[in-house]
Amino acid sequence: MNAIYLMVMGLAAMALGYFVYSKFICEKIFKVDPNFRTPAHEMQDGIDYVPTNKYILWGHHFTSVAGAAPIIGPAIAVIWGWVPAFLWVVFGTIFFAGVHDAGAIWASSRNKAKSIGALTGDIVGNRARSIFMIVIFLVLLMVNAVFAVVIAGQLINFPSATVPVWGAIVVALIIGQLIYRKLIGLLMVTIIGVVALYAMIYAGPMFPLSLPETVMGLSDRQGWIVLLFVYAAIASLLPVWALLQPRDYINGIQLFIGLGLLYAAVIFASPDIVAPAFNHDVPEGTPSLIPLLFVTIACGAISGFHGLVASGTTSKQLDKEPDVRFVGYFGAIGEGSLALAAIIAATAGFATLADWQAIYHSFGQGGVSAFIRGGANILENGIGLDAVLSQTLLTVMVVLFAGTTMDTGLRLQRYIFQEWGSIYNISWMQKAAPATLLAVGSCLLLAFGAGGDGSGGMMIWPLFGTTNQLLAGLTLLVITVMLVKLGRPMWYTLAPLIFLLTMTTLGLLIQLKSFYDKQDWFLFTLDLVILIAAILVILESVGTLTRQIKANKLANDKV
Amino acid sequence: MKLDTIKAWFRQASFYAEEAYNAPYRSAIARAQREQNDLFMLLIFSEMMGVPNPASYYTLELQPLLMERFHDWHTRMGMEHSPLDNFKCC
Repeated sequence: MNAIYLMVMGLAAMALGYFVYSKFICEKIFKVDPNFRTPAHEMQDGIDYVPTNKYILWGHHFTSVAGAAPIIGPAIAVIWGWVPAFLWVVFGTIFFAGVHDAGAIWASSRNKAKSIGALTGDIVGNRARSIFMIVIFLVLLMVNAVFAVVIAGQLINFPSATVPVWGAIVVALIIGQLIYRKLIGLLMVTIIGVVALYAMIYAGPMFPLSLPETVMGLSDRQGWIVLLFVYAAIASLLPVWALLQPRDYINGIQLFIGLGLLYAAVIFASPDIVAPAFNHDVPEGTPSLIPLLFVTIACGAISGFHGLVASGTTSKQLDKEPDVRFVGYFGAIGEGSLALAAIIAATAGFATLADWQAIYHSFGQGGVSAFIRGGANILENGIGLDAVLSQTLLTVMVVLFAGTTMDTGLRLQRYIFQEWGSIYNISWMQKAAPATLLAVGSCLLLAFGAGGDGSGGMMIWPLFGTTNQLLAGLTLLVITVMLVKLGRPMWYTLAPLIFLLTMTTLGLLIQLKSFYDKQDWFLFTLDLVILIAAILVILESVGTLTRQIKANKLANDKV
Repeated sequence: MKLDTIKAWFRQASFYAEEAYNAPYRSAIARAQREQNDLFMLLIFSEMMGVPNPASYYTLELQPLLMERFHDWHTRMGMEHSPLDNFKCC
């Protein structure tokens, strides 16, 4: 089948979801009210609560939630064939992610823009709140470890990307200074920054750079991982304007350029999908599609991380309540379209089925490098970019996404350690530097502990997916309880919640067994912790919902 | 006429770029600034809290200018009225 059909079908289905389903959800279920005074107006302070133009807010929301994860997940999951991955991304975006993201903003804006963590405490209970904190910590831990492993792998696979990847940091530092010191206008800086980034991408293949095979007893992969964490630790301690802000900004622009290029190239190249629709002879050791597909693709179909962004910052800047539809639901669609591009690149970017099978020779293989290689082939055929240059371009895109997520993730992890420090009265843990060291240490432990040579990152990918889905489950639970309290239909959020919790628990059990068989006690323990969290979430869900439904009935009987 | 449209377009693009750059980090930066301002205020009022300040001759002059900011600070810290005996702002 031609990839253009897949692209058109996917995008059309998501558009339909936006125009029809999101309208129904927002108007009939959430009943958004244009006259509702949002927290941005109610508590306007020019710092946290600032009413913001909905297009700007969408851009901000979308670029903070879209990262490397919607590329990695689908690129791994096409091993079961493109149909399952495609269906889960499209239907997940329409019925799960969009409702979840818009719902999280809505729930937060109706509750003084509190974060979902705080809302869990208020609406569900304090125990659920503690689970929430632990789950967030696990998600951040795994994201940082996995992304470090992914970046290290790509820097080894594509040495031509080394110069632009690290050069982008220098560009961001310079841009940060130029803007902070108000030396030239932002539009000018933007043009200079983007030109500089793409010039480096162009120069990258001329100066391929890789680490020596062993440095001080570390393999090149381990070397990159350590270097990345040293960088991320420093970056997370710098003031945000110095590095994070300009880096995010350039990344956002780069995201739109990259997505545009990929979709344009698909139209011009009109490649055929070589991967099977359903892969009947999956490589040995590939776990069963159900439930693993639903945790392998987390971001791109539904992701709990979005709820954190939606309720943490987006809801505080919401100008009018009906904007949740555009910002939240359409933000999810943006991410879905990124996942769709990843599916197309990883299935249609190869010349023959044999080539594809050679890359997807075992579970967890392929992934990002399949996306980069496949996408580069499409770019080469579609818009005539040189193959190595296209590879460099896509590698830089993925690595910059993963890199900014690491900066932010490590910063958030540090905040959690500092908060624990103040809760348990441990004074040294409240300081920035030791807390950062703890965060980096725990991530390194995970990156190296799983697999020893630092290659274990991909083994925890499905585990990361389950944790992320649990987080999404907690958010859906908050929204559902709110809807039940208001006496509105609950199935539009409850059905996704039940589905997620079932798939997550099954996925955890299956992985638990595989870690046990491999005698990998480190991951076994981690899996067990997440499983306990999952069971607690299920118990909380059942308990809270039945209590609330009973209370509603009682109230109705009295009337 | 054409120049005007280009200028208008340029202004619009600048506005969006400016917002896209600043909106995501407005709170983090404003908070950092607020922390620095608080420190500055603490230095100005140090004498009142028993911390000797060699520059008090100069800082005294600044105190009335800080009235409003001081009021913001103590309400933000959860104190309804000024905690300082000889500096009442409300």
